[in-house]
Amino acid sequence: MLALTVNGKPMELATASATLADVVTRMGLEGKRIAIERNGEIVPRSRYATTSVASGDRLEIVGAVGGG
Amino acid sequence: MPGMNAPASPSSLVDPLIVAGRAYRSRLIVGTGKYRDFNETRAAIVASGAEIVTVAIRRTNLGQNANEPSLLDALPASEFTYLPNSAGCYTADEALRTLRLGRELLDGHKLCKLEVLGDSTSLFPNVRETLIAAEKLVADGFDVMVYTSDDPIAARELEQIGCVAIMPLASLIGSGMGILNPWNLRLILDQAKVPVLVDAGVGTESDASIAMELGCAGVLMNTAIAKAREPVRMARAMRLAVEAGREAFLAGRMPRKQYEASPSSPTSGLIGS
Repeated sequence: MLALTVNGKPMELATASATLADVVTRMGLEGKRIAIERNGEIVPRSRYATTSVASGDRLEIVGAVGGG
Repeated sequence: MPGMNAPASPSSLVDPLIVAGRAYRSRLIVGTGKYRDFNETRAAIVASGAEIVTVAIRRTNLGQNANEPSLLDALPASEFTYLPNSAGCYTADEALRTLRLGRELLDGHKLCKLEVLGDSTSLFPNVRETLIAAEKLVADGFDVMVYTSDDPIAARELEQIGCVAIMPLASLIGSGMGILNPWNLRLILDQAKVPVLVDAGVGTESDASIAMELGCAGVLMNTAIAKAREPVRMARAMRLAVEAGREAFLAGRMPRKQYEASPSSPTSGLIGS
């Protein structure tokens, strides 16, 4: 099992290994305009499928919203 | 020669706003927050004529509806230039992270609005953190339009760092109190070589006109349009105000004559003389 923190909240994945792309799919964000920071480092979109996540990872997943 | 009611060609076409080497017809930049829905957002922004729109970068909602409409769909990149902001950040580090995420989100888009706040009640900028963040962002290749206080020294330092536009507040964010210190804005305008835009405080169209009459290169606003009773109509008013204020600035106003009246009609040829 993988225990992550995503946007400040705990998320558990019942799998031994997963990639960022798996997390994105699980969150229903496939094809959405997002950006991801993993443990403080931005991961380019092109590397979601090849970037593994590990227990303890802290992910920030953001999108654009209305603002001034 | 067309009559005075014939549509005039917008002077903005021949007098573009130039930011980071790119020319824009409109000198009005608008925010995308505080609208009822994306239909209203789009309708108001189209009416405003704005080409640059600010967007905020926020955590996505876990478990959100995949078919939920998105802001960027309502305002596509084919029609608008995005200005991702660091609104709500209180440290240089938070602002850097937020704007780097914004750049990744928007496929390497370099233009950003730096905003580092110092107080959650007044939303006054923290100038020290703003300067730190500006230096790092410029070094990292961003084109930084920076929200700051109306302090001419801070404005000068931000320009020296390499910010592409200086955006002092006219009054508190979202206050609608208008241009409270035109003298400070003049000091900033007199020394700046990069565009100076009023960012924050505009309440109604006359505020936007005054900013433009002072010589500002543009005005950035959000609440004044979004929280008007009729946002689309106010957006139109703001478009006209910015154009009118710019024209008045370029035309050069008559001198003020405090105690000296001057008749506009001939003083001779009056009947009975």
